[in-house]
Amino acid sequence: MRTFRIGGIHPPENKLSAGKKITALAVPKQVIIPLSQHIGAPAQAVVKKGDVVKVGTLLAKAGGFVSANIHSSVSGKVNKIDNVIDASGYRRPAVFIDVEGDEWEETIDRSEALVKECNLSQKEIIDKIAAAGVVGMGGATFPTQVKLMPPPGCKAEIVIVNAVECEPYLTADHSLMLEKGEQILVGVTILMKAAGVNRAVIGIENNKPDAIANMQKLAAQYPGVEVMPLKVKYPQGGEKQLIDAVIGKQVKSGALPISVGAIVQNVGTVYAIYEAVQKNKPLFERVVTVTGKSLKNPSNFLVRMGTPMSALIEAAGGMPEDTGKIIGGGPMMGKALVSAEVPVCKGSSGVLLLTKAESVRKPMHDCIRCAKCVSACPMGLNPAFLMKATVYQNWEMAEKENIQDCIECGSCSYTCPAYRPLLDNIRVGKAKVMGIIRARKK
Amino acid sequence: MNMENSLYISPSPHIHGGDSISRNMYGVLIALIPAFLVSLYFFGLGALIVTATSVVACVLFEYLIQKFLMKKEPTICDGSAALTGVLLAFNLPSNLPVWIILIGALAAIGIGKMSFGGLGNNIFNPALVGRVFLLISFPAQMTTWPVVDALNAFPMTYTDAETGATVLSLMNEGALTELPSYTDMLIGCKGGSLGEISAVALLLGFAFLLWKKIITWHIPVAVIVTVFVFTGIMHLVNPAAYASPVVHVLSGGLLLGAIFMATDYVTSPMTKNGMLIYGVGIGLLTSIIRLFGSYPEGMSFAILIMNALTPLINTYVKPNYFGGK
Repeated sequence: MRTFRIGGIHPPENKLSAGKKITALAVPKQVIIPLSQHIGAPAQAVVKKGDVVKVGTLLAKAGGFVSANIHSSVSGKVNKIDNVIDASGYRRPAVFIDVEGDEWEETIDRSEALVKECNLSQKEIIDKIAAAGVVGMGGATFPTQVKLMPPPGCKAEIVIVNAVECEPYLTADHSLMLEKGEQILVGVTILMKAAGVNRAVIGIENNKPDAIANMQKLAAQYPGVEVMPLKVKYPQGGEKQLIDAVIGKQVKSGALPISVGAIVQNVGTVYAIYEAVQKNKPLFERVVTVTGKSLKNPSNFLVRMGTPMSALIEAAGGMPEDTGKIIGGGPMMGKALVSAEVPVCKGSSGVLLLTKAESVRKPMHDCIRCAKCVSACPMGLNPAFLMKATVYQNWEMAEKENIQDCIECGSCSYTCPAYRPLLDNIRVGKAKVMGIIRARKK
Repeated sequence: MNMENSLYISPSPHIHGGDSISRNMYGVLIALIPAFLVSLYFFGLGALIVTATSVVACVLFEYLIQKFLMKKEPTICDGSAALTGVLLAFNLPSNLPVWIILIGALAAIGIGKMSFGGLGNNIFNPALVGRVFLLISFPAQMTTWPVVDALNAFPMTYTDAETGATVLSLMNEGALTELPSYTDMLIGCKGGSLGEISAVALLLGFAFLLWKKIITWHIPVAVIVTVFVFTGIMHLVNPAAYASPVVHVLSGGLLLGAIFMATDYVTSPMTKNGMLIYGVGIGLLTSIIRLFGSYPEGMSFAILIMNALTPLINTYVKPNYFGGK
């Protein structure tokens, strides 16, 4: 069985909500929809206070080439446009909507029926994806249409669907594959058409045998689509790691996946593409895992964007007494949230509640140069050295040692027996070096 | 208290794998148990006294230096001082007087480790600093080893044990015909420092270290293969003057050094390629000292020299970057 070749770790999987059916969460009384739910320029609001909106109404238009449209997830009245602390921890503009009823835009096909046929051209598909505001739903939130428009001279050969879900605890993609397999496969064929390729591989880690079996059974009817079980290893969901695992090619430093002919899309994104293209449904709801060892009822919910995390936690049995940390995403790459009132957005794959005991970091010791971080790093870097370069502010050295290639997976900090905050430091150094590289290019 | 104010906020990752410095140090100590048991069997009371003295002295010196000289919270519970103590003892003859062991422990912990700032900052393997300090200061006591006398080795004064030659001293004197059998060498029925005699016990420890992922195979294998190849070539050239490579691998401190001393985290390189270069370097230096030097054994010097080169190796030998470079 295949996996990526360099580094990697095996954190406990803790998939507490695996096998739980996706249930739709009740629409809250008010939603807070941030205008920056993606990487790139914030969207520009096209509604104002007092406007009446429906489910699926455009709230904000993409603010640049790398940007995405934002739609309303509820029907009701715009209360205000104000700053709010979002899942990234920054205070940024968001549209507050008071919910009235649940009236959808007429253009959206709300039936459950599977729509297989797609006679649109490549450009029409990409335009529809862009219009629906689809972004990478694994957490990186890169606007999907941009990935489908390769720079001149590059030709895609394969679509790789990232169904690895290597983060511990998270099961949103897993549950989607069990319940929406057929829709995902139609989405893959649409994606293949949009990318102009005739081969697609769905990479799934073999800790999800039921998802592999279901997808393999369904994929038999879709020529060119292959389901590839992968050996469990974190961070296999990293774009470069997944490409290495699936086609055995390593994307060079600073290069895009398209340089080896690959276009990678998260399985949740593929489902959103199906809904956008076949059902005219903009991206305004997603599957979110709510989980944690002390949580009464870990679940997978279908949630409207802008719903506060607290509503999800409440529906999963309420906030446990001993909660010490609320994480948006998984434990390896997720972000600690400042409060449970942060709204769900396009990149929210999960809410993880850690206990107080799990939340406290141990005090660090001097580096003993055991090199376990070097063995763990999936990018082949020397994290201990990069931390040192950052501490001494030796940016030249940090760049020479490829600090800019760090994917921030956290394998180094996870592994370190001296509890050194390797990634905390490397992140600082990486931001600095990236700035230096950008300034040099100008 | 308000719930919002009681949340922890920190960057990812939010979980830790549970490894710790002490887990690794105690892991190495466990891996040394078989070799210690063999030593007790063959050297009896002497092995116990020397090891106990060395461990207690190393831990005590580390505690005193951290507490009163460096004025910081002592970290003796991490197991690293105890490990230095055991490794120092394993490199000593089992009839060494207590006062010499104390000097060795002070050199190991004081000079070898704490003078650089403690664990993680030392350049040289502390146990070897202690051993070489004693070897140069007390050459007579450090090079007379008691003969093995299974289960009969409990004289009241262990320092009066009968002494005899080791495999390496026999080889150095050209007495190749008087070497012990391979079986004796594997089990440990031969003269030598107290922890180095049994190849089987040391290899058992190696397997444990690999199983627990405390070390990787690179350094020990590089050292052993290099010594085997180098002494093998010399043996082929002149079998009368140079012993077989199997004897070289099984004798002296080679296995103890390759598995337990050269792999010291702090003083060995961090990349896989660096580890291989470092291991080959130790193997070459050891072979050269053994075959052409005046000392019968070269493992300690070889490791210390390569310790000194480790920062250089770390600077020039880089990991294999993803996507190549």
